[in-house]
Amino acid sequence: MPFSWLVLIILAIAGVGYVLGRQRALTSAGGDSRDLHSLPSYYGANVAMWAIVPAAALLVVWLLAQPYIVNSRVLATLPDTVVSDGGSVSLVMSDIRRVADGLDLAVRDGEMTGAEAAAITSDVREKLGALGVALGSEVSPEVLEGAQTYRTLNATGNLAMSVLALLIAAVGAAYAFRQSHALFRARNVVERGILALLMFAASVAILTTVGIVFALLFNTIEFFKLYPAADFFFGTNWAPSFSGRGGASDLGVLPLLWGTFYISIIALMVAVPVGLFSAIYLSEYASPRVRSIAKPLIEILAGIPTIVYGLFALLTVGPILVSMFGQDTVGWMSGGTAVMTAGLVMGIMLIPFVSSLSDDIINAVPQALRDGSYGLGATQSETIRQVILPAALPGIVGAILLAASRAIGETMIVVLGAGAAARLSMNPFDAMTTITAKIVSQLTGDADFASPEALVAFALGMTLFVLTLGLNVFALYIVRKYREQYD
Amino acid sequence: MTDASIDSGAPRKGLTVTDARTRKRNAAEKRFRAYGIVAISIGLLFLLFLFGSILRSGLPAFTQTVVDVEFTLSQAAIDEAESKMLKTKAYENFFIAALEGQLTARGLAVEFDAKAIERLVGKPGGTIRDFFKENPDRIGTPVSFELAASSRVDGYMNGRITRESLVDSRFLMAADLDLVDALEEAGIITGAFNWNFITGTDSGVDNPGGAGLGASVIGSFFMMLVVLFLSLPIGVAASIYLEEFAPKNRWTDLIEVNISNLAAVPSIVFGILGLAVFIQFAGLPQSAPLVGGLVLTLMTLPTIIISTRASLNAVPQSIRDAALGVGASKMQSVFHHVLPLAMPGILTGTIIGLAQALGETAPLLLIGMVGFVAREYPEGFLAGFTDANSAMPAQIYTWASRADPGFYEKAWGGIIILLAFLITMNTIAVILRRRFERRW
Repeated sequence: MPFSWLVLIILAIAGVGYVLGRQRALTSAGGDSRDLHSLPSYYGANVAMWAIVPAAALLVVWLLAQPYIVNSRVLATLPDTVVSDGGSVSLVMSDIRRVADGLDLAVRDGEMTGAEAAAITSDVREKLGALGVALGSEVSPEVLEGAQTYRTLNATGNLAMSVLALLIAAVGAAYAFRQSHALFRARNVVERGILALLMFAASVAILTTVGIVFALLFNTIEFFKLYPAADFFFGTNWAPSFSGRGGASDLGVLPLLWGTFYISIIALMVAVPVGLFSAIYLSEYASPRVRSIAKPLIEILAGIPTIVYGLFALLTVGPILVSMFGQDTVGWMSGGTAVMTAGLVMGIMLIPFVSSLSDDIINAVPQALRDGSYGLGATQSETIRQVILPAALPGIVGAILLAASRAIGETMIVVLGAGAAARLSMNPFDAMTTITAKIVSQLTGDADFASPEALVAFALGMTLFVLTLGLNVFALYIVRKYREQYD
Repeated sequence: MTDASIDSGAPRKGLTVTDARTRKRNAAEKRFRAYGIVAISIGLLFLLFLFGSILRSGLPAFTQTVVDVEFTLSQAAIDEAESKMLKTKAYENFFIAALEGQLTARGLAVEFDAKAIERLVGKPGGTIRDFFKENPDRIGTPVSFELAASSRVDGYMNGRITRESLVDSRFLMAADLDLVDALEEAGIITGAFNWNFITGTDSGVDNPGGAGLGASVIGSFFMMLVVLFLSLPIGVAASIYLEEFAPKNRWTDLIEVNISNLAAVPSIVFGILGLAVFIQFAGLPQSAPLVGGLVLTLMTLPTIIISTRASLNAVPQSIRDAALGVGASKMQSVFHHVLPLAMPGILTGTIIGLAQALGETAPLLLIGMVGFVAREYPEGFLAGFTDANSAMPAQIYTWASRADPGFYEKAWGGIIILLAFLITMNTIAVILRRRFERRW
């Protein structure tokens, strides 16, 4: 039974349950809704809730667990020789999955009967190829066997899931239906149920964080089993071997960290002065009219997707910089992708970030401080430099730290604009690469997932996560501490 | 301020005469103000420059150079062509003959050979043959063929390639440009709006002329559906809980800290999460809009929660008290009164969150939306979620990283379409806010 049908049937049970539950409660009160404890719709909602929620929970858990269990069962039936011949476990498994999906497709399209598909022994590749399922190599009998096991296990699993889910929905609805009496406190039950749902929704944020931490942590540990942690953290050479297996890779994080920081520093050198002075001018000098035009215009820069900035760096800023500093003039720059290119463009992206945060903070400085300073005869600029900026300094530092964390985590601009070579160099016109760019390149290549070359991306992700999280927590701490002074 | 009171030594000449120190302070004041103006101008100049280069480089993607040749084929000619070994070659010869005829009819004489035609419009023979096979009733009547010119000719027509910059290659020779000029003068080569760019699908790596954004717009659409239908209910439910019901305890604090931290986690980390949890652990298909939508949902949630809480918070306490006063339960007061009043603010926040998600690229790279060439539209509504597809920003990235510079123009063009979507969404959000925002 297709999954969408299952969902529709459960919803239908809930719908019927709603009507019947409401009806039964009303009948028990002699048709007068004033004699009910709750409004009639609550009795219906109670039945519907009991039909949907347990069944939906079962479906979610089952769908998450089934592929995992089926995979491990299929793997257990495979002889060890297949895995060693056919490369890695994940490759064999994906072969098996593709054959199984292809056979399912053949049955669905009516090219084969179910019995034919279950008994197929030869020409699997040709038959599936005719259906548009391309298989890389001839299907070995072991893989075919695995695929058949995979199909039977999945079919059994799906059937069991459907039956169980429908059963639970029906039992839940029946249980709640029997409760529907005039004296039953339906509203309290339904509201408690809704509150639980609201709580669950709020906990999704925690689940996400837990998911991120676990995804990073487990794979990082896996990586450090294959590659010594000391070499990763203190290695000054980044040279992954591209073959995927064989050939030692140097996976030192220092060149990537250096590239990340260098680009971020250049970005901040562009964004902080421009953003800060814009914020000062907009909040202290500008007339309301100028402010109402210039502020939204600058904030447009924040709404532009980073892919646009990336393309801008690659195709516009890079060539311009080359024409200014390239071989024809001073010869500092050999290609369009460089630390300078990425840094400049990232700086543009961060201008509105710095300016609107600083704007808020400058506006939060009490007017009394300004008035006091003017009263002593200071000019406007003296007031700003000697009174407002010192008062706003912690907040501004916080804003700059937040901007720095943005810069460190930025991906698209560096992937397109900074180059791919990892090196420790002082020249801002050299191509360098960053943590984020290497996460992308290590995970989008065709490296085997269990190899250190791919797993290193998770260690890099962990480094990035810890770095940005630390910066954010520190920045928020500073900003919050400052805000408390005047509130 | 202390230096304002330092005695400058020289006796003051009078109130109306500005002394050197005042002049210096006034000059400093002017300088400082000028810094501010310069900073804002730099910001605005960058904006102008960015949009200028997007428009300048992207607009040519919307036009296409077509070679428009009209000719009539008789049944006899077709029979003759079909009897040959190289059938499409024979059709190509018809095409060349017709072209030559039209050029001489207009009094323009240019030398060209079949190779030059192939460099201009590819191999037209196959297209012509297929057309007459499918429409046998058109045999013997004048048929007008609009053939898309190659991307190099396109580049020449819109100024990307000049005679000086052209390097002779098997794609285009300098001599061919004479032919192009002649054809343009004869009105055979014309510019046309490139509908294929908006509705078409991605072409292979060597055919920038035929690349279209359509399939990836659909991919983005399905992703946004997932984001909308997951992040709006979850986000609103979470905000209602935190704003209206949550007791002040450690668990609530933990949730709050998590939400504010998630808002600042780099987007690439969400991509890693999607890859490890949704694809590797849960076994969902790679490159599917469903997975992209799930990852973007998690990214958008903090934005929606923060804006929803702000708008719930803006509903005055008296509304709640009034509802409770006439006997509503707490849940009823929230769902019947507070939530409807906060709805415009929530929708505004949701649209802005969706716009952010629409432009997000980095996580899509990791869940395989880039390696995939979106050649086909999904087959149906449900298949739209699970079939491998690209998305707008991922498609733009794919084009930008291809070797043929013809794709750069497509990438810029794709950005124009992407920005058009974003501007529309943000405008709707602003209008909603202006129209329905209440000041209590």
